[in-house]
Amino acid sequence: MTTATPDTVSTAPEVKRLAIVPWLHKNLFSNWFNSLLTVVVTAILGYAAYGMVVWGFTVAQWVVIPNNMGLFMTGLYPSDQYWRIWLLLGIVSALAGLSWGMLARNLPTLFSRNVLIGFAVVCAGFVLFPPTRPSSPKLLLMVAIVAAMAWAGRFIGRSKPGLGKWITLLWFISYFIAIWLIGGGLGLAGVSTNDWGGLVLTLLMAVSGIALCFPIGVALALGRRSSLPVVKWLSVAYIELIRGVPLIAILFMGQVMIPLFLPEGMRPDRVLRAVIGLTFFSAAYLAENVRAGLQSVPRGQQEAAASLGLNTPLSLTLIVLPQALKTAIPAIVGQFISLFQDTTLLSIVGLAELLGISRSILANPSYLGRYAEVYLFIGVLYWFFCYAMSLGSRRIEELLNTDHR
Amino acid sequence: MVSNSGESKKLNWQQLLRDDRFWKIAFQVITLALVILILGYFLLNLRANLARQGISFGFGFLSNQAGFSIGESVLEYRPNDPYGKALLVGLVNTITLVIAGIILATTAGVSAGVASFSKNWLVHKISRAYVGLIRNIPLLLQLFFWYFAVYGLLPRPQDQLNLGNVIIGSNRGIYLPWPTSNGLLAWLGVLVALIVAAFFVWQWRIKVIVEQGDTGQKQLFGLIAIGLVGLGIFLFALGWQPPTVQEGGGATGGLRLSREYVAALTALVFYTGAFIAEIVRAGIQSVSRGQWEAARSLGLASGLSMRLVVFPQALRVIIPPLNSEFMNLAKNSSLAFAVAFPELYSIANTTFNQTGRPIEVFLILMATYLIINLLITLGMNTLNQSVQFKER
Repeated sequence: MTTATPDTVSTAPEVKRLAIVPWLHKNLFSNWFNSLLTVVVTAILGYAAYGMVVWGFTVAQWVVIPNNMGLFMTGLYPSDQYWRIWLLLGIVSALAGLSWGMLARNLPTLFSRNVLIGFAVVCAGFVLFPPTRPSSPKLLLMVAIVAAMAWAGRFIGRSKPGLGKWITLLWFISYFIAIWLIGGGLGLAGVSTNDWGGLVLTLLMAVSGIALCFPIGVALALGRRSSLPVVKWLSVAYIELIRGVPLIAILFMGQVMIPLFLPEGMRPDRVLRAVIGLTFFSAAYLAENVRAGLQSVPRGQQEAAASLGLNTPLSLTLIVLPQALKTAIPAIVGQFISLFQDTTLLSIVGLAELLGISRSILANPSYLGRYAEVYLFIGVLYWFFCYAMSLGSRRIEELLNTDHR
Repeated sequence: MVSNSGESKKLNWQQLLRDDRFWKIAFQVITLALVILILGYFLLNLRANLARQGISFGFGFLSNQAGFSIGESVLEYRPNDPYGKALLVGLVNTITLVIAGIILATTAGVSAGVASFSKNWLVHKISRAYVGLIRNIPLLLQLFFWYFAVYGLLPRPQDQLNLGNVIIGSNRGIYLPWPTSNGLLAWLGVLVALIVAAFFVWQWRIKVIVEQGDTGQKQLFGLIAIGLVGLGIFLFALGWQPPTVQEGGGATGGLRLSREYVAALTALVFYTGAFIAEIVRAGIQSVSRGQWEAARSLGLASGLSMRLVVFPQALRVIIPPLNSEFMNLAKNSSLAFAVAFPELYSIANTTFNQTGRPIEVFLILMATYLIINLLITLGMNTLNQSVQFKER
């Protein structure tokens, strides 16, 4: 390795931006085969797009979406209690804004041009999109809360940087507030879990499953890598047995068998049973992802920790796990995304989550045969949340990247 | 160690607490005791609950008469057959779905994965869009979409679609030509033999080209001859029977695929294909750039350098994750139950509903899916060994 700095700083060659015609020639018509491919694919795409547009504007009856917006979002939740869901959304918006502002406290401008454009597009969408138009004042208020809290978070983050870690605690508390707001009790009118539904139930189950399966998965992965034979073989047996069975079997049988394994008369709530099934299933898969991360940490790290005098639990939590989890982030988030998608299976078990409530709506005689419209709509919703999660995982990876490159 | 004084005994106790070995054993004993306690508690409850319901554990019910009918089955099945037979029918249906799914999803996934390296901007973007769209939408939703929104549009049998009397489709199902020759197995054996022969001639051709500088024309003619014979057998000797239209709608003959089967297969293939495409893309990316450049500088065209140089090396990285993707496909095939395709899980569910034996049915399900997954892993491991680096 040399320590001398080069006299001239070499920079990467400038990327030439091609004009349209050379660009077309290079990327679409470079030879006869490519040209043929381009023409054929364009023809097929054009035909499909034309068919979609014609269908979307003439055949499709989109009225099923705005008419049932409340059902899609909250299921059979009593409409006089909707304010609780709005309050919950407000709390989540405030926390999201606060976290964003604190994370971005070192950026020169919080509201850069791209962010402002994003805000404008979201607001315009809320006002113009028919399903959200009736509640657009409330939704605009949420956007305003996010923006205001982001500004406040940036201010707090700059004056008192130490407060950043309390955000995690706030999120933790907000989860219990969410359950209290949705379920009632302690001064609020109770809402039975039979009336929970729609997107709210989907998100609640996904968040609960993710929060519960993460520690179990990490523990199982550590157990599987452990040098203690009893711990190791118990972990292996659990992971391999669960991974061998389809989720639907676990969920369905879970609904039937969990009461069988408990004393007479003890019957956990069905939402709880569903979350238990999801958690135990995902934990086994998550353990394998974490194990891959653990294997990527060189043995020397553990040995170095031991030679510093750290015992096994300390060296695992302080040295090995942070490195392992960082490597495993893409796989872990991938598992979270599939857990989120797996909540759809609960519609088969009879829960009215997003897909389940859609099937009930489609069973309504006045919306008979509106499959494509409804499934496309909730498909967009699922896509949005999954895509947001994978985008978030890429951002976290960049933030945690400590490679000196 | 022998010590009599009380002081050193106390010291020993402290030493014990600081000893790593003691804690290792203690931790294991505590874990094991906890697991046994919890399992024991559950099993005691289970026994009490089963006794209260008057059910005794056992697999004897499998020989009882099932009494329900199954919509479609490859095996002969009547409602008065026993539960065991019904479950077997479900297993066979699952296997037909899984095998067709694995073949088609691999084809789709490899094509999409390779297409993402296309020089053609449009093809590249389509491949990326396919992966980004399909992977982020739940499989069950896609299954419902195909079953209700797409295949639900198929017309009634009276005005069925007819593509040149080869493919006939209505909401009763889709009919395809199917070989019905009496000596089908023999002819298939001949075809396999021809493929093996062609493989050896191909190797021979490469050998003479590389080692003797020959043009390999003789061998090429041999290959063409084998190909023509094979094509002739495939087209004429297998006794392809196209479906025939019935008066007033419907069709007979050929192979009937139910709407449920086709929808489940389409959803599984599209969904798994997107994941396989990502695996293939990552595998190809893992091959170092130098290999591409070396292949190009030898004068290979980009398609050839992909096929001959890069892809064989990428296979080493591709096959292990592909294995777990195939296992996922096998497990996901149980979702076909949601559109009423009578696969293993669906039959098991009916069996459970009729007999009220969740534990036994669950054990059967678990064992069967474990065996399916083990078989897939076995096959993939064999394949994996054949693509490993052959080092001296």
